[in-house]
Amino acid sequence: MDVNWLDANYLAWLIPVPPLISFMLIILFTGRNKVLSHSIAVGSVVLSFLMAFGVFLKATGTDDFGFHETTLRIFGDDITWMDVGLSEFKMGVAVDPLTAVMLFMVPIAMLMIFIYSVGYMGAYPDDDPHKIRYSRFFAYLSLFAGGMLTLVVADNLLLLFMGWEIMGLCSYLLIGFLFEKKSAQQAAVKAFMTTRVADVLMLVGIGYLYAEAGTLKFHEIFFANNAEIIERLGNADQTGYIGLSAASIIGLLLVIGTIGKSAQFPLHAWLPDAMEGPTPVSAMIHAAAMVSAGVYAVIRVFPLLEAGGNPHHAEYTAPLILMGVIGSITALGAAILGVGQNDIKRVLAYSTISQLGFMVAALGIGAYVAAAFHLITHAFFKALLFMSSGAVIHAMEHGEHAAEHGHGHDEHGHDEHHTHDEHAHGHGSYTWADLNAKIEHGIEAGHLQPGERTPYGTDYVGPNGELPDDAEWKTSIPQGLKPDFVAKPNNIALMGGLRHKIPVTAYAMLAGSASLVGFPLITAGFWSKDEIIADAMTFITNSGQFEGHSPWLHMLVFFSLVIAATFTAFYTTRMWLLTFWGKPRSAMAEHATLMNHVDPEELAKAQTSTKKFWLQYSNSALMQGPLVVLAFFAIFAGFVGIHGDFPVLEWFTGSHNFFHEFVGASLLHEPATVPFKIWPVLVSVLAFSIGAGFAYVKYGVPRDSYEKDPVQNMVGDPVWQALKDRFGFDTLYLATFYRGFEWFGRVFSYRKVDKETIDGILETVAVVFNNIGEAIKRFNHVIIDGVGDGIPQLIGLSGRWFRNLQSGRVQQYLLFTAVMLLAIGLFFVLRVL
Amino acid sequence: MEITWQTIAFAAFAVMTLGGGLMVVISRNLWHSALFLMLSLFGTSGLFVLLVAPFLAAVQVLVYIGAIAILVLFAIMLTRRMMGLEETQNTQWPAAAAVALVLFLILFVTVSPLVDEQWFKDIFGGDEKDSLGQRISRLNADLPVDTDERDENGELKVKPNDQLNFVTVEAIGEALVTRDGFVLPFELASILLTAALIGAIVVAREDEA
Amino acid sequence: MVPLWFYLVVSAALFAIGAYGALARRNAIAIVMSVELMLNAANINLVAFWRYLNPFEINGQIFAAFVFIVAAAEAAVGLALIISIYRSRQTVIVEDVNMLKW
Repeated sequence: MDVNWLDANYLAWLIPVPPLISFMLIILFTGRNKVLSHSIAVGSVVLSFLMAFGVFLKATGTDDFGFHETTLRIFGDDITWMDVGLSEFKMGVAVDPLTAVMLFMVPIAMLMIFIYSVGYMGAYPDDDPHKIRYSRFFAYLSLFAGGMLTLVVADNLLLLFMGWEIMGLCSYLLIGFLFEKKSAQQAAVKAFMTTRVADVLMLVGIGYLYAEAGTLKFHEIFFANNAEIIERLGNADQTGYIGLSAASIIGLLLVIGTIGKSAQFPLHAWLPDAMEGPTPVSAMIHAAAMVSAGVYAVIRVFPLLEAGGNPHHAEYTAPLILMGVIGSITALGAAILGVGQNDIKRVLAYSTISQLGFMVAALGIGAYVAAAFHLITHAFFKALLFMSSGAVIHAMEHGEHAAEHGHGHDEHGHDEHHTHDEHAHGHGSYTWADLNAKIEHGIEAGHLQPGERTPYGTDYVGPNGELPDDAEWKTSIPQGLKPDFVAKPNNIALMGGLRHKIPVTAYAMLAGSASLVGFPLITAGFWSKDEIIADAMTFITNSGQFEGHSPWLHMLVFFSLVIAATFTAFYTTRMWLLTFWGKPRSAMAEHATLMNHVDPEELAKAQTSTKKFWLQYSNSALMQGPLVVLAFFAIFAGFVGIHGDFPVLEWFTGSHNFFHEFVGASLLHEPATVPFKIWPVLVSVLAFSIGAGFAYVKYGVPRDSYEKDPVQNMVGDPVWQALKDRFGFDTLYLATFYRGFEWFGRVFSYRKVDKETIDGILETVAVVFNNIGEAIKRFNHVIIDGVGDGIPQLIGLSGRWFRNLQSGRVQQYLLFTAVMLLAIGLFFVLRVL
Repeated sequence: MEITWQTIAFAAFAVMTLGGGLMVVISRNLWHSALFLMLSLFGTSGLFVLLVAPFLAAVQVLVYIGAIAILVLFAIMLTRRMMGLEETQNTQWPAAAAVALVLFLILFVTVSPLVDEQWFKDIFGGDEKDSLGQRISRLNADLPVDTDERDENGELKVKPNDQLNFVTVEAIGEALVTRDGFVLPFELASILLTAALIGAIVVAREDEA
Repeated sequence: MVPLWFYLVVSAALFAIGAYGALARRNAIAIVMSVELMLNAANINLVAFWRYLNPFEINGQIFAAFVFIVAAAEAAVGLALIISIYRSRQTVIVEDVNMLKW
């Protein structure tokens, strides 16, 4: 067998391999050596990056790459995986234009995340769990990268699903990385279980597709000479059930998989909690990998989703409607929720959910290229934003440390003339130890209620609104790890003025934020968001082509996305201003720095100035270097996808939309470019200006941490509380799905049911009614209390019954399974199918 | 069906396999269970011989009886305090028996030539297109390559030499190491075995601390 | 010549016996033995189908060989787990190992 391994066809095989090998090496052999471990991990990603970049260059250099008229020109190779009876199942890799651009984005983002991780994890003190499990972190990260790259190069749905599941496992491991914290454990389980629900349905969809089409290879189903397959699948008369075509049913199931993976409503609740993981993980999950994978998968199977309809003529198929509606709801809802968050990572988490909603909605109206474009640009700027937030948090933690020990960093030239009292404003000293003592005291004395906002502008309760179990965290949490209710260094209410402390991060994050809000003309986010809005709007205004169909989905998507974009501009600007603008609002912000903890003696011993610099700034450089690289892409990555006829710029583009033409070739019928109109551009500029301008007016002025948030003043406390409680979804899910079984399994407790469940429902209802005011809220109390006796009893009964199923005896479980299987077997034997 | 040495041998091996298997699950003494397991495995090996798979028969004896069954014996010895339990079956055994019985009946109906009987067709619609009965008869119709079948001259259609050389050990070995064959599954299987063995050692060894 | 379905019935019976053992025996080692019986039943099936349907192809035998490998791995890990449990809890009765519950 003669194989030229530099051939792009074979190179594609090798791209996911180095990180997977790196995972094994680190787990099996090099776990004890931190430097070796991270070198292997970073090295493996560099290898993957080089190969992927080679393939990308080869792809862009190939004429007519992709699908054109009659030729299918892609890279790929496969082997026989299984001989099943007469059919053989082939497993392989394929690189088409869509894969090629992913191969450009994913390895770059990953490489930056890996380098950043070296600095981020290394900056923790030695007794911190981050540092204790340092090597393991890089092993998981490598496995994650391997899973993502597998998913990208996969040429069939099964291999894609394997990569998908590897990432699911890794996200569980990484979110729960600090497993001493109860909240991290819970967040990990939550993420795993939520995505599992969706994954099972997706697997059913894959199975159905295999049963109908006889193959899972994308290019056998969608292209090649098999146009009839997709036609047959899309025809409701020939295939499928209950009036839906097979393609629709499969599409719905696959889209549900994406809803779970990409955290779309109503399965979005896991993502904000996933912030419990170390920050590079958040960047990995939210940018380069997992959530992108969800959108990537639906983009991949788009021909299946639109089979039997044509979104450009407002003939929507069921999966498209599902995507359009869910995407719109998610984009808008998450953007609104982003306004109410004070945790910097949670703001970004909601913005991620919202932006993914943009992509899903765009796909729902058939804006294939626009969704892919936004996927790429979003990955760059969201990775940048998350990594910047990690740097900010680090700087704040460092400042907290300095403030607690009552000294600044004299040796670094920081002066200490800002005393804590300057910021106290009658509330006493602001060190974290004091604050904790106050909060604990307040709770003991009954002055504070869990979930209540303290006058110190801090959140001291866990993500689910509960206080951690006192006895447990005191004994089990090692030194260096703070319990949940300590005011977090993540809190933007306590930041301010950080642009003087960490300028590189500040301006890199400014670039990322500008891209996220779609700062006109010069940022990547503007071009991609604009393309989605343009696609939605053009088809509304140009309704002649709809032949009597109502473009309601286009309208829904258009209006929700424009409003969502306004909110995005608002909360992003708010976040950046609160973090970096004004003056420091706490002692920890006062002392924030990214420099290493260096022993002065060691520093004195350092011979050369280079060595001195490295001793002080190694982590700072490792963290901020990648930010600069990503900031470059966050700004310039958009220029590949400018509309060909954009005024003035058309001289540079030569009337070509490069991205559109390249990626569009991934489809059998290249999607038509929408004609250029000035209105969509004006609408996006307007959305940006209103949101950002308003935020600047409200937050551009210096303020103190104990002041109420301007938004809180504007909308009133109930709405603000509802925003902070995320519209009660988490409480509701917690109360219904989780607590329902857990609590009643143990002991039937009326008080808890009343408090948690009823309050959960109440809060959801309250969100709907909150603008009507307090009177109606009381009215709700009466109604809910009326049914209050019935619901707990019902839940109690079901809980007691379900408890018997969970006996802990495996053979009983096996018996249930066997009976179930037999029931299915009998169905096939007895029923004449 | 005429009685040939093949049918006799089949009956003997089947009795060995099934009787041994039955004793494995109902014997009160775990040690006896393990010995009956060996008997059952040996019976299976005999069935392999009848099916002209000498390589598999040998592997069956070597791997199953020589390794796995011995491993089980060791495990029993290491936990010998648990050997003479008063209660060998748990409380759900009637349900388990029912499940096993129904399972067997489903499988039996599916594989046996009952489908050609009229009463079976009456119940399961054997004449309708795509009925279960039809499908099973189709399956049974093109089943055996009858090695006893003779052509008009009374010669065996399949030469005895061919029968014994359907698949040689050599061919199996070659298939396991060629790209067009099964080299990838083979490598994966070897990784699986290695991982399982390392895992077993790690799990079973006593903690040093 | 013994017809194919004889083998299939033997295999089905052996599988059912194994299933019964896995569901009803209390001793974990007995359960492992029952699982081995079920794997054997599958193997008889595979080899029988190979012999009767496609005796000149190699796939059937290879498949059975892989079942051997998996069975060996399963037995090794399973018994290691049992010994580990026995060491920590002084029992191999599965009903007594029921901590994984509410």
